[in-house]
Formats: sequence, C-alpha cells, structure tokens
Amino acid sequence: MDAATKPEASGLHSALHDKIIALAGNGYARAATAADAVAGAQPKLVVEPGTERELAEILRLSNEAGLAVIPRGSGTKLGWGNSPTHASLILSTARLTEVFEHAWADLTVSVGAGCTIQRLQETLAQHGQRLALDPLWPEKATVGGVLSTNDSGALRLRFGALRDLIIGVTIALPDGTLASSGGKVVKNVAGYDLPKLVTGALGTLGVITRAVFRLHPLPRNKRSFSISASDGAEMQQFVLAVQNSKLAHTFLQSHFSDDTSPVTDILFEGTEAGLTAQETQLRKLSALASISEASTSTWTAREELWAFSDSADTAIAKISILPANLARTIELVKRIANQHQLRWKSLMYATGLGWLRLEGKAGSLRDALQTLRGELQGQGGSLVAFHRPEKMPAFDAWGNAGDALPLMKAVKQQLDPKNTLNPGRFVGGI
Amino acid sequence: MNPMEARILAEFRTIAGDRGLISSPEELHTYECDGLTNFRVMPRAVLLPNSTEQVQAIVRICHRERTPFVARGSGTGLSGGALPVENGIVISLARMNRILEVDFPNARVVVEPGVINLDVTGRVSPQDYFYAPDPSSQSICSIGGNVAENSGGAHCLKYGFTTTHVLGLEVVLADGSLVHFGGKTLDAPGYDLAGVFVGSEGTLGVATKVILRIVKRPECVRTLLAAFPSTNEAGAAVSDIIAAGMLPAAIEMMDNLAIQAAEAAVHANYPNCGALLLVELDGPIAEVEALMIQVNEICRSNGASEIRVAQSDAERALVWKGRKAAFAAMGRISPNYIVQDGVIPRTALPRVMSEIERLSQEAGVRVANVFHAGDGNLHPLVLYDRRIAGQEEAAEALSSQILELCIAAGGSITGEHGVGEDKKKMMSKMFAEPDLATMQRVRCAFDPLQLSNPTKVFPTPRLCGEKPGEYVPHPAESAGIAERY
Repeated sequence: MDAATKPEASGLHSALHDKIIALAGNGYARAATAADAVAGAQPKLVVEPGTERELAEILRLSNEAGLAVIPRGSGTKLGWGNSPTHASLILSTARLTEVFEHAWADLTVSVGAGCTIQRLQETLAQHGQRLALDPLWPEKATVGGVLSTNDSGALRLRFGALRDLIIGVTIALPDGTLASSGGKVVKNVAGYDLPKLVTGALGTLGVITRAVFRLHPLPRNKRSFSISASDGAEMQQFVLAVQNSKLAHTFLQSHFSDDTSPVTDILFEGTEAGLTAQETQLRKLSALASISEASTSTWTAREELWAFSDSADTAIAKISILPANLARTIELVKRIANQHQLRWKSLMYATGLGWLRLEGKAGSLRDALQTLRGELQGQGGSLVAFHRPEKMPAFDAWGNAGDALPLMKAVKQQLDPKNTLNPGRFVGGI
Repeated sequence: MNPMEARILAEFRTIAGDRGLISSPEELHTYECDGLTNFRVMPRAVLLPNSTEQVQAIVRICHRERTPFVARGSGTGLSGGALPVENGIVISLARMNRILEVDFPNARVVVEPGVINLDVTGRVSPQDYFYAPDPSSQSICSIGGNVAENSGGAHCLKYGFTTTHVLGLEVVLADGSLVHFGGKTLDAPGYDLAGVFVGSEGTLGVATKVILRIVKRPECVRTLLAAFPSTNEAGAAVSDIIAAGMLPAAIEMMDNLAIQAAEAAVHANYPNCGALLLVELDGPIAEVEALMIQVNEICRSNGASEIRVAQSDAERALVWKGRKAAFAAMGRISPNYIVQDGVIPRTALPRVMSEIERLSQEAGVRVANVFHAGDGNLHPLVLYDRRIAGQEEAAEALSSQILELCIAAGGSITGEHGVGEDKKKMMSKMFAEPDLATMQRVRCAFDPLQLSNPTKVFPTPRLCGEKPGEYVPHPAESAGIAERY
C-alpha cells in the first residue's frame, strides 16, 4: 500500500477502506486531491471500480457507512449544480468504458457509462452510424456524465434530446441494487421509462453504469449556411419562418452578443439533390437577409461560449424559453446586462433552449441572473446557472422546480433514502 | 362486487352531477372491459367528470375511502389497461374533450385528456401541421389513453412515440393533489416526471391536461408498395433500406394471410403475394424522389415481383386503409383471433418468423402477421375457432410462446399495446426482480396506497413500506467503525 492509499490519508476508517480497496483492486482507490474537489467540497477518496457489480457493491458499503458519494465520469461538468452538502467519496466510472454491443443492423448500441462520446462515435462511425447528439467536449465527456447532465446541443432540433435517444439503462442504487429498465429495442413500452427518470437527474437517484441508445445513420452530405440580420426582431422573424416552412433542416441556431449583429446558422443533411433544392428554398426565404456558407466554427459554438478567460468574472446559464419569445428575451438580456454593466453573449436554438454567458463583477452577475430568472420563469421558462464565479453571492443553480417538487423528493426518498448520492446538488435541496 | 354505499354515491353525484355518474348495473356493463374483451370486471360506479377540479374531488374521496380507481379514455386499449379493478370505480375522461389552446408559432397544443387523437391533427391541419403519433385506432382513441400507453403507430419509426410529443402534463395524483410535469418550454428544472408518467398505464395518477408538440407537414409523402415471395425477402429489403442510411416515415409488412384478410375487408387492391412491404418516405420533394429510386432498386434486388408507388392521395389512403384495417379484418377469415404485440431486434426477423411458423404448425393454429417492420414491432394475429374444443387454449399458449421468442431474441413483450392486465405475468420473464422492484419504488413515490389502477403492469404487487424516517446511524457508524463526513 503506498502512502496515498493509506487509511489516514483517505480519512476513511481502515476496515471500510480495506473493503473498498479489495473490491476495486489495489491501484484503483486513491486519496482525493484538491483537483478532485466538487464545487468547493473536498472528498476524501477516489475509487474506480472495474465492473458494474463492483461499483454497486462499493456504493452499498458507502451508503451503509453514511458516506456521501459523488458519481463522476471525466469530470468535465462536475461543477454543474449546487455544491454538495458534503462529499466523502468519488465513485468514478472511468473503467466502465466498454462498448458492449453495436448492433449496427438494428441501429442500437449498448455502452458502459465511462466511455467517452468521441470513442463511442468512432466505433459507431465504422458502420456509418452515430449517436445523433452534440454534447460539450465529446473527447472527454462520458456517456454517464452527458446523460446525468442531459447535455444536448443543436442537433436536438432534428433528433430529439437524450430522452428520445436512450432506450435502456442500468443503474446502481445506494442499497447495492443493479437495476435495468427499458431494453435493447427502440420500440418498447414494458414497464416504467426509468431511462428518462435518470437522464438529467445529476446522479442523485442512482449511478448510471450502462446505457442503450438508438442510433442514426451518418449524413450522406451536409451543407450549412449563416444568415445575418440587423436585430433580434428580424432574426426571430426569420427563425420562425424557417420553422414554419417545409425545409427539413437538421439544426438552426442563432448567435447574439453585445457587440455584433445577430447571425443564424442552419444545417441541412441529405442527398445532393435534396440539399440543392433546400438551398434554393432557403435563399428565397431569406431574400432580405444576407446569406453565406457557414464557417466551421459553427460546430463548436457552444464550446466557444464556455472558453472564457476569467472564471472569476464569468457566469454561464442555460435558458429555456418559448421559441416565439426569442426577440423579447434577447431584448431582456440586453437591458439587464446594460443595467448591471455586464458583457454578454448568447447562443439560442430554435427549440427555445439556449446558452448565455455574462461577464462582469460577481455581485452584478448574481443580480442580473436573479432578475433574468424571475422574468423567464414569469413567462413559463427557466434559467439554470451552470458556471458561477466562486466569489458570486449565493445563487441557487436551478431555480423553481414547481409544484412537483414534493413528488421529486419522494422519488429521491424511495431510491436514495439516506441521501447518499450527490447530497444537496439538485433542485430544491435534493 | 359490493354495491357502493349510498352516501359515497351521493357525494360522487354532488361532484359530477347526474350526467357524470353511472351506477346502474345495465349501464355499467359498457365499462366492464376495454379493447381486450376476455377480461371483464364490473366497476362499482363510473364517474364522468368534466373538469380537473371534479377529477380531484373524486380522487380525494377514493383516497379517503381507500377505493381504487381506473382512468379510462376511449377504452380502445388492447392490454386491459382500462379494465376496472375489483371494488373500484372507473373515471372516464370522455367529457373532458376540449382543445384548450393552439399555439402555431411555438408548435404547441394544449388539450384535455378526452380529446380524440385525430381531432388534434384535424384542428391544426388548416395551417399544415399534424400531430405525429398515429395508432391505428387514432380516429377513436383519446390523447389521455395515448399518454397512459405511450402509443406509437406506423409513423413512430421516424417521428417517435407519444412520449416524444408530450412536453407537459397536469396530473391529479392518487391523493387528489394537483401537480405539473414539464411545460411548454423544454428541460424544466428537476426530474423528468413527464417522461416517467407517459407509458405508466394509469398507475401513477390521472392526466387532466396535456401539452403536445405538433409537427409541420412535410413537403411531400410517397408510399411504395412492393410484393415479395415471402417475409424473408421482404425482411432483407428492410435491412438493406436501413443499411443504406435511410430513415423512412414508415415501413410496414404484411404476410399472405394478413393480405387476404385486408383484401376481403376493405379491397385495398393489394397484390396477392407471400409478403407485402409498404414503405413511406416524406420530406422535401427532391430528397424523397432521390431516395425513392433507391428503395425501388433495393426492393427489386431482393426479389420484389411488383412495385407500385401510390400516385395520388386517394391511392395512398387506400394503401393505408388496408394496413390499418388489418386487425379488424381478421374477422373475415377467422371467427376468433388474438392480437399479439411483441418486439424483436429487426435482424432477428427471419429466425423468429420461421419459429412462429413452426409453432403454428405444431399447434394447428394459424398465425397472420402484420409488422411495423422498421422497428421490429410484430403484431402476430393468432386465429382460432372457439367452438372447436381446445383451440382457444392452443391459441393462447401459442400467443405466449411468441412473446417468449421475442424475449429470447432480446426484444420486448410489448411495443405499443402495453402490459396492463394481459401481460403482467410476462414482466418477470423480461425483467429481473431488482428491475421490477426499482420500478415499484418509483410507483410508491407517486401512489403509496396503490389506488391508481392497482393490480396492473406488475406481476406481484408490492406494498409500499413506511417511508424511511429520519436518519438512523448504521451500527457500524455508532460503533466507530465508520464515520459520517
């Protein structure tokens, strides 16, 4: 046993610690370092079980011992959500990377939670297929992490969100249960749809160990265009016209910021004949606006939003609005940002989901987010803050969960009665 | 069945009015089963509320009296989901049939649960939109029932199931409280309870309002009909279409017996062949036409003897009429039949088909096959004659064996008809005990007394334990073996 895995370093009592080491195998449990901190909370131990069963067993032992467990994939989005009330152990899926079965002729894949999205896509591409999803940082982000944070991008407009792509899941519960639901076929209504329950649950109900997805073919050809407009109102008009047209676009996203005029990117996928016809129609629709081939940076627009230089001066939020409130929302952002002397940049999808980056003093950021959240909630929308500067005054990441919050707490109570998993990180203190 | 106490009936009458309460035995008979008629239970009363408040008031009484209730839409379900339960009442949502809001710029429609599926499309089609889920019963089935069953239909291959199109729900829980899941905007903070509720077969509460997504009609729709010598060649064509990277709006298959029945019933002018494939593509004209050429070639190279593309909306409608009438058409060729619903990975089709054929011959019972071939959803129709001794039992046994084939192939015991009363025993063949126990824990969070459509879906009922109370230290922790951080 090296120094790092000695009981005193991990802070766990030696009997429990030895059991965990025995389960994960020596070398796969180590004392946590500052780099393993979770939104300000410092865990003691990092464990990387080699199988789903081992993971479930370590979770069971930790639960029995009253430890707080933080599930982790690659940790790219570990800061999302509120700070945990406490953190004892990081339960990593880093070794659950296997692509169990790519049933390419059936357009499905079964994959371990620790597999990165990029590696999964590379495997699928060998048979001309893809998981039709464009999450952040695919080279690092894992299947389990992307599911737990419900991270989707522009492709959602055409292919749906993770909830529409996941068809089966296996989760480890704090009592050590390994439970599967859904299945390996796309069409299946047997039993409750628990894959949807754990998607976006931020690992508070169980640890996802494996997922089954429906797949889509890789596009034969694609073309993308950028359209600029003079202001938000004109841009909204264009976006709604595209949505109300017969175009079969794959994505439609608009960029807004404090120092540029709005630009919208549109992507088409299909046969060459189909693409040519759609381009012609698009040009008719956008007769008044300027249109050009989109630059390659279109594909990474969301990551660019996250590529800020100073995390102490930056906040990033996911916002959800009705698509027809686009112009109104942008005006609102502009007004609030001006009031608080903040710089801002936003990427809005035609689905009504979008991302907003605000830059300025920590106190002003909080006030601006608070005001904006109030306005958006008033219109039936939401604002979830995924990056907040450390010095920002307290601000709940999630906002109002509505009248179903007691039921959400009851679901949590049923699956994780001791509040072992990610305590305090989710909505309403869950 | 015990008659309902007069005082409770009086309370129900006060809530729902005379028109909203059925308690006479002769009228109650209408509600003793749903589309699956071999299970029958007389409800103690049927309530027909016309508002959310009335549903809440009725459910509160059920909660107080510990009376189980079953919500019912149009009663077209095929798994006994709306079958009344012993000593329970039925809450029919048929009078809650208003379309409350149509929002074209945001492509949202808000409806009450009793609205008929096809009426949603009827309402939005002047603006060239439609509601995508299209179960074969869409002209009579209700949105509330679709939500309960997560209904599919022929076009869900491309457009997804009911769950894809339900953005939000207003739900009366089993204690009468009112909650909202999801909403008109996406990704509301919190657990995706709408995702769990859709397809829960009425076991988690009663939906009283549903926010739906509507879809813009594609520029064109083309439907191709191809005649093959057998389901093997037709199945190979389906695989090739998928392998070519296409996602048709629908791919349907019928075998010879199903074709004969459909012809006898609606004269769809189908070619007489071993298997018929119906492929529908939709989207921009140029795209669809380019792909249709490929579909045509794929069908030919797999041995299609005759290929037709519907030339008009009328022809297209006729092609679909034959397919959608296929279940009911069985009455033309057999006095009795069982409609089965199972799913297999599409690649297992030839193997499973030949197994079904073998079992059918062994049992001396004919099986007609109708499939949503694109997603491997089989609808074998097991034909029998009740008047012949032993045939009904043989048909039931064969029907169960087909589901076991589906499970063995890695598929599912139901693709769209639900588990309900009919298949709950099969659940433990598809899922392990911990899987089912986990689902039941979720159910206990929604309905701890198990009043909402109890006895359905799960093979063995499980009592919801007392809610775990405050934190109790583990003995190891108290003994100082472990500590809590």
